[in-house]
Amino acid sequence: MKTREYMLGNVAIARGLLEGGVQVVSGYPGTPSSEIVDTLAARKERDYHVEWSVNEKVAMEVAVGAAWAGVRSAVTMKHVGLNVAADPFMTLSYSGVKGGMVIIVADDPSCHSSQNEQDTRRYAQFALVPCFDPSTPQEAKDMLPYAFEFSEKFETAVIFRPTTRISHGKSDIELGNLPVEKKPTSFEKLPDRWVMLPKNARKNHSRILAAQPGIEEALAKAPWNSLEIKEGSNFGVIGAGIASVYAKEALEELGLKSSFLKIGAYPLPKKLVYKLLENVEAVLVFEELEPFVEEQVKIIAQEKGLPVKIFGKMDGTVLREGELNVSSFLKALGKVFDLPETSKSGAELEGAEEAAAAEAEIQQLELAPRPPALCAGCSHRATFYSMKKVFGKEAIYPSDIGCYTLGIQNGTVDTTLCMGGSISVASGLYHAGEKRPICCSIGDSTFFHTGVNSLLNAIYNKANITVTILDNRITGMTGHQPNPGMGRTATGEPTVEVSLAELCKAMGVKSLSVVDPYDPPALQEAFRAAKAFDGVSVVIAKQPCVISAKRAGIRRAPYHIEADKCEGCKQCVKFGCPAIEFDEEKKVARINSLCSGCGVCAKLCHFDAISEGKQ
Amino acid sequence: MSVNPAQSQKQSFDLLITGVGGQGAILASDIIGKAAVAAKLPVRAAETHGMAQRGGSVENHIRVGTEFGSMIPKKGADLLLALEPMEAVRYLGYLKDGGVIIINTEPVVPVSVTSGLAKYPEVSKILKTLARKYDVKAFNAEELALEAGNRLAMNVVLVGAVSNYLPIPSDILLECVKKLVPPKTVKVNVKAFELGRAKVKENSELS
Repeated sequence: MKTREYMLGNVAIARGLLEGGVQVVSGYPGTPSSEIVDTLAARKERDYHVEWSVNEKVAMEVAVGAAWAGVRSAVTMKHVGLNVAADPFMTLSYSGVKGGMVIIVADDPSCHSSQNEQDTRRYAQFALVPCFDPSTPQEAKDMLPYAFEFSEKFETAVIFRPTTRISHGKSDIELGNLPVEKKPTSFEKLPDRWVMLPKNARKNHSRILAAQPGIEEALAKAPWNSLEIKEGSNFGVIGAGIASVYAKEALEELGLKSSFLKIGAYPLPKKLVYKLLENVEAVLVFEELEPFVEEQVKIIAQEKGLPVKIFGKMDGTVLREGELNVSSFLKALGKVFDLPETSKSGAELEGAEEAAAAEAEIQQLELAPRPPALCAGCSHRATFYSMKKVFGKEAIYPSDIGCYTLGIQNGTVDTTLCMGGSISVASGLYHAGEKRPICCSIGDSTFFHTGVNSLLNAIYNKANITVTILDNRITGMTGHQPNPGMGRTATGEPTVEVSLAELCKAMGVKSLSVVDPYDPPALQEAFRAAKAFDGVSVVIAKQPCVISAKRAGIRRAPYHIEADKCEGCKQCVKFGCPAIEFDEEKKVARINSLCSGCGVCAKLCHFDAISEGKQ
Repeated sequence: MSVNPAQSQKQSFDLLITGVGGQGAILASDIIGKAAVAAKLPVRAAETHGMAQRGGSVENHIRVGTEFGSMIPKKGADLLLALEPMEAVRYLGYLKDGGVIIINTEPVVPVSVTSGLAKYPEVSKILKTLARKYDVKAFNAEELALEAGNRLAMNVVLVGAVSNYLPIPSDILLECVKKLVPPKTVKVNVKAFELGRAKVKENSELS
């Protein structure tokens, strides 16, 4: 009997890479993709190279090198990471590969942890690269060995695109076998393919265009694309990736007879679409994010002169933004068949009036919002506090991507565009003639990612800004991955510890300080000096992330507030730490069990009421 | 063309676990997920990761006995397990009418309240209101966890409580508790599980 294990989608994807015989894996952390490299790096027995690269572009190039050496490689990133890696990606499609190469790009419908909800399938089409779109964690795992073979057969890299609910879904997974043999390494000098001079680019563009019909034909026969024609029904559903599972569940629940085209790989198998359209009068296209399949279905219907009604996102039957689910499919079906919106509950229950009254009472319960917040003892909060103290409300605070974007609650995040963008946006604000002080913030990992380029540019082009590097010694939000400033690799091996201070100095920074944000007076002194400096000043606020510090065994005694000394001024409460509460009855502040012992609040108290140790 | 909505053919037991990031919702859902696999049942689950989990409100979907997706449809959950009272109310849309709610009555006060921007609704009022429409089992799971030896075992107390409803034998669940909690805490967690299981069993009129 086959082994079944309960695992996270990303762990299943990591397993799929192993079953596919992967030899080199690179990536840059990004929700919801991060646990793939985490899982492979944490394995004790490894017969492959795995790394956290400094950014997605670099990661992709590492995987390309490996694939050109003839071995199987994979690179992982979140959807916006592909924007960073778009340069190598768009030309890689011309070069193609020798060893199989899978580019894993995780999409995030509804922006659970992202700045936009772009659809990676557009990139695949843009570059003429095949794309796999798994519908379940099991299928995701099973697709990967196939994707490697497909990549080698057609000598092209392929995209593999899970969405949040695949990557962060859990499921019982039936495991496959791990391969015994791996591909031999042998880089072959093929300048026609690996050197993209204009003459080679023209040839390769023709080559890949000519390969498209063969790729489409092969994918039409692949197990991931399947068509079921239901006799006696003139209605059809096209479900892509995970959306196909929502549609199937809803159809089964309704007992509705419908033909069904399940799409799991692109380019879209036109043959199957055509066959479906010939058999139905109306079709509903259900897919996450963009109306990518829908547009092509409309083109096919027009080309073949088929008068089929096509429902989907383009006519508003399905919402184009956000995330799909079973309920959104039912809603769409209601629109297609012009049904009144029914709820299967209320009316069926006895005492519908009582139910309605109860529902009304529930609606009246006013819930306090609980947005994500910086942890108790987070060094970012302390840095933002001192930053605002020195630069004031008037200053402009460009920021970046990481946990610290939550500093919007502290009033020190005025812009967030993309990884590394804070410093360049700050430069642009300055060169536009903005006279207010400009102080930006960027995390250590984000600085290594693309902030270095931005700082170099700011110095070179003589901006007058302050750059705060929030050096919490980790890539925090994505789950605590190491970065070049930490002196260890993804697998925990010791390596060079790149000094942020030396790096900044080498680029010509003349005003620089490294301060512990848990020491507000010292940090404020550093900020004052930076603010007074004419040119680019850098303040490195260095203090490990509280979560990783705790994991590393650092234990600090929690603090307490002496009620008789507390004047109820709320100075500590305004600091915004979740460990500090205010007792409205007694008009005093108190510290709860979340306290991690950073001690910053004690330094802010005007009445010396906060001290170390339990009460 | 016409649709004939047949009576729901749902095979799965759908459970929604809600709470606050850091309360142990993922461990609770992992215990149930692994136990389902050990009981040879198909299982799907969905979790909150990344920015959404930093001290924020979290929701975990667990569907035992389904071959479909991990997301519970609206009004599809058979049971709502709330690790925190206010987080029971926030996700009611997923629970079927008349469904069971198991609630830990110990609140986690959000920063919006501690900083005076919002008020925390009275827990007794929450429970009374919910009881008008749902089958509410409410108790202080943190106190029971403390009785078992550590208040951090609150999530396992609630797994014990929900074990009375799951289509998974309780001995399999308990085996998974032992496997998944830190080795030093096995004894405490076994007791926590049993206290939670007994709490809901002994008294169906909890409030």
